[in-house]
Amino acid sequence: MKKFVIAATVAATLVSAANAADINICVEGAYPPFSSTEPSGEVVGFDIDIANALCAEMGQSCELVKTDWDGIIPALLEGKCDAIIASMSITPDRMQIIDFSTKYYNSPAGFIGAEGMMESGLDGQRVGVQRGTIHHSFMEGVFPNVELVLYGSQDEIYLDLVAGRVDAIMADSIAMQEGFLDTDSGAGYAFFGESYSVPEYHGDGAGVGVRQGEEELRDAFSAAITAIRESGEYSMINAEYFDFDIFGG
Amino acid sequence: MRFDLVADNWVMFAEGAWMTVQLTALSLLIGFCIALPAGLIRARRIRILSPLINIYVYAFRGTPLLVQLFLVYYGLSQFEAVRDSFAWPVLREAYWCALITFSLNSGAYATEIIRGAIETVPKGELEAAKSLGLSPRKVDFLVLIPSALRRALPQYGNEVVFMLHGSVVASVITIQDILGAGRTLNARYYIAYEGFLTAAALYMSITFVLVFAFRMLERRYLRHLRVSH
Repeated sequence: MKKFVIAATVAATLVSAANAADINICVEGAYPPFSSTEPSGEVVGFDIDIANALCAEMGQSCELVKTDWDGIIPALLEGKCDAIIASMSITPDRMQIIDFSTKYYNSPAGFIGAEGMMESGLDGQRVGVQRGTIHHSFMEGVFPNVELVLYGSQDEIYLDLVAGRVDAIMADSIAMQEGFLDTDSGAGYAFFGESYSVPEYHGDGAGVGVRQGEEELRDAFSAAITAIRESGEYSMINAEYFDFDIFGG
Repeated sequence: MRFDLVADNWVMFAEGAWMTVQLTALSLLIGFCIALPAGLIRARRIRILSPLINIYVYAFRGTPLLVQLFLVYYGLSQFEAVRDSFAWPVLREAYWCALITFSLNSGAYATEIIRGAIETVPKGELEAAKSLGLSPRKVDFLVLIPSALRRALPQYGNEVVFMLHGSVVASVITIQDILGAGRTLNARYYIAYEGFLTAAALYMSITFVLVFAFRMLERRYLRHLRVSH
């Protein structure tokens, strides 16, 4: 019995040592250039640099927890992490379940299609979107006359665009630039029409997600975002990834 | 539990249910039209045709439905020759790709069911028909096929339920069926349990209706085989 108690005490100490960080942060690792996983298993990217900068600003120690996108909100709700920094857009739908800091960036959404395509000619055409994203809601609300085709992942949409099953794609501009247009299969395709950032659909940019009721943590992140904007830390990180200010208007 | 979000999106689930029902029903109908002659040819062991049908049945029963669907949807579209061909307007559509694949798949399974049923029709029934002076064609259409189809009912009922459940793979090629609605709910609000539970309940309801319908059919058409006390 005594041995068992000692063993339990040791185990408890080890667990608390592993969780010694003040804040555990869920990150994704499959959304370049915001977060991607190195061959060594290390997660790198814009989101990661921002997360580290925010923690340093707040004077807290942070542990990054790599989590799949599908499970990232459940992980937050179950307490596996205390915050999400994973390019998650602040939307009314998500606000029903979790809470957000102010935005830390806001990249516009846009259309891509075969070169020469026009936004005015979209009616009746097929546009591929990732199921359940802000782009899905946006297209339903703003372009009711296009035929929407729903996909599970962005990569499948690129395949079908090249195959000619969809005429255009609506998604995040930066993700499409890096994930498709800059690749070999992106030849012959280009952005067309306006770039969109409608708060009603696209939310207010990407923010740090926290559990509802944790106002203190949320406000600490919001304050830290403002602070790194002012200190110039943000623009240094920004410059490593983008040649424009991704913070948005 | 956020079943209010399911309620907010009930139209999506209703449309999904309709898509599942009609895709399954059409696939079964076309599959049956393939299986009836194919099963007869197999049971009669008609030369050349019977081995060809055997290859078809083996191919479709030997591979998973999802792999078949990927081959038709993503596989064929990879070839420029296919994309330039007359068939592209059909193969371009996810819906037609699913319908073609499901019909061929269901047809393969039903072929074997019908072949088995034809082979187990008691010789006595056919001899009795012959002794009444029916021509061989009349024996086939008035005795053999109706009797075989009755016997095939329980097994075919299983095939119908399998097809319904197999149709979930349509959601991976962009078709918004019942599972597609569940996945949309999951992706939009990050709630898995509510959306998938609703999907499960819908599939179960449709299955109950089908099982009940087949039980009624069996009660009517297999009455003569029931043991009465």
